[in-house]
Amino acid sequence: MTQDARETIELVARSAYGKLVAYLSARTRDVAAAEDALGEALLEALAAWPRDGVPEQPEGWLLTAARHRLLDQQRRRRSRERHEAVLASLAEGESASADPEGLPDERLGLFFVCAHPALDPSLHAPLMLQVVLGLEAACIAPAFLVSPAAMSQRLVRAKTKIREAAIPFELPEERELPGRLDSVLEALYAAYGLGWDAIQGADDAARDLAEEALWLARVLLQRMPEEPEVRGLLALLLFCESRRAARRPAGGGYVPLSEQDPGLWSEALIREAEAQLSAAAERGRPRARFQLEAAIQSVHADRRRTGRTEWGAIALFYAELLHLAPTLGARIGHAVAVAEARGAAEGLALLDGLAPAGGSAHQPYWAVRAHLLKRLERRAEAAEAYDLALELTRDEAVRRFLRERRGSS
Amino acid sequence: MQYSFLIFESPADFEARRTDGEGPYVAAWRRYHQALVESGAYLGGAPLKPVATATTVRARDGKRLVQDGPFAESKEQLGGFILLELPSLDAALSWAARCPAAATGAVEVRPIDAGMHETICNPSASA
Repeated sequence: MTQDARETIELVARSAYGKLVAYLSARTRDVAAAEDALGEALLEALAAWPRDGVPEQPEGWLLTAARHRLLDQQRRRRSRERHEAVLASLAEGESASADPEGLPDERLGLFFVCAHPALDPSLHAPLMLQVVLGLEAACIAPAFLVSPAAMSQRLVRAKTKIREAAIPFELPEERELPGRLDSVLEALYAAYGLGWDAIQGADDAARDLAEEALWLARVLLQRMPEEPEVRGLLALLLFCESRRAARRPAGGGYVPLSEQDPGLWSEALIREAEAQLSAAAERGRPRARFQLEAAIQSVHADRRRTGRTEWGAIALFYAELLHLAPTLGARIGHAVAVAEARGAAEGLALLDGLAPAGGSAHQPYWAVRAHLLKRLERRAEAAEAYDLALELTRDEAVRRFLRERRGSS
Repeated sequence: MQYSFLIFESPADFEARRTDGEGPYVAAWRRYHQALVESGAYLGGAPLKPVATATTVRARDGKRLVQDGPFAESKEQLGGFILLELPSLDAALSWAARCPAAATGAVEVRPIDAGMHETICNPSASA
């Protein structure tokens, strides 16, 4: 009996942990608190189940126990609740979805809620990151290339509108989901990127963010299996994920994609990414943004088999991508690919077209610019660009990488 | 003759509304409203929440286009409306000039289209 109970707890913890955390954090947007609460519930189960027997619905039991812990926590810090409007709205929805059976991913639903058309579309994704994933405005701001102050102000404005205009904080109808999908994909991509940028071994919360984004993308696919772009995004994230070990080697440090050892890439993740990308291609033509982004990563992944990178193909994909989503990141990626395919001077000319407004505070812009200037042997300008890139990142591994590059220029 | 006053308030006036009924701006509105009611001209009206709460809707080709923000961006924003029964435009302009929002914002005076109103509300009578 005791052994049986323990095994059940382990099994439920493994299979339903994410689901339960998602369900619990949907109300509070506080994943850490939800995990604490679930952890306490698992401890309770370890004490209670061997004694009283395994409940008929173990997940439901854990959910109820964790919710009680969560309510205790909330009572303790009610005085410092920050986002009153959203919390109030979330509380309103509580009774509507209290069914522990099925446990839909509540967080995913909230992503769609944040994409309400009456809210400024450029704020949909930031709102999701703050309201659903619980990130601070200052953390979110870099992902959208705005200042922390501006981001904070805009999020306050959005939440004021939610409250004052009574935007319903409830799940949109099925037919409304596709119209809101782009914002959700953008938010998941940004969340993954924020987690990715911050992966330094030390910052577990950020690493979790990347994993959460990947997990939510998988849940989204279950929910909307016919949307090619969901597969495109999932493929993109999987390609990035496949390089985790190569990008941040065990001893620390940062290795740019072109210098990574393909032997360190995860073959399983790459295969899964390729499968999603082909499945997307079967469902949708023409290719949309995330499928193109994933296609670019697929070309990079081919280096593990061919030993070389087809920069010409990558440049073409970027050119296509720029028609659909001329983001700063895509424009810089295009410049890199053109530089590799047709020479540093051509790549630099494309970067010149972006400066200064677009790239002035964007670290990758200056890092790429420095790299190209160095290759053109414009050493003084390269050193200057490296310095600017160094000023724009606090990531010690990246800084070390940039300093080394700068030093040998 | 019926007139509508479309009240355009300055950002400062919008700000002044947040005084929980205290402050000179809201007090002036209270007096103005009372004067309109006592004159017998007042038919109805309402203040609107700040423009940050506005959503603009269009329907095109059977599709609903919803947008955050007001129909027109401008410094003075539509902050409310009043419907009045008055003998003439001159009377309406006099009342509009007394409106507290006129001092820093603007009041647009528009006569009600009674004929159109009749056509819409009582189609059989006008047919």
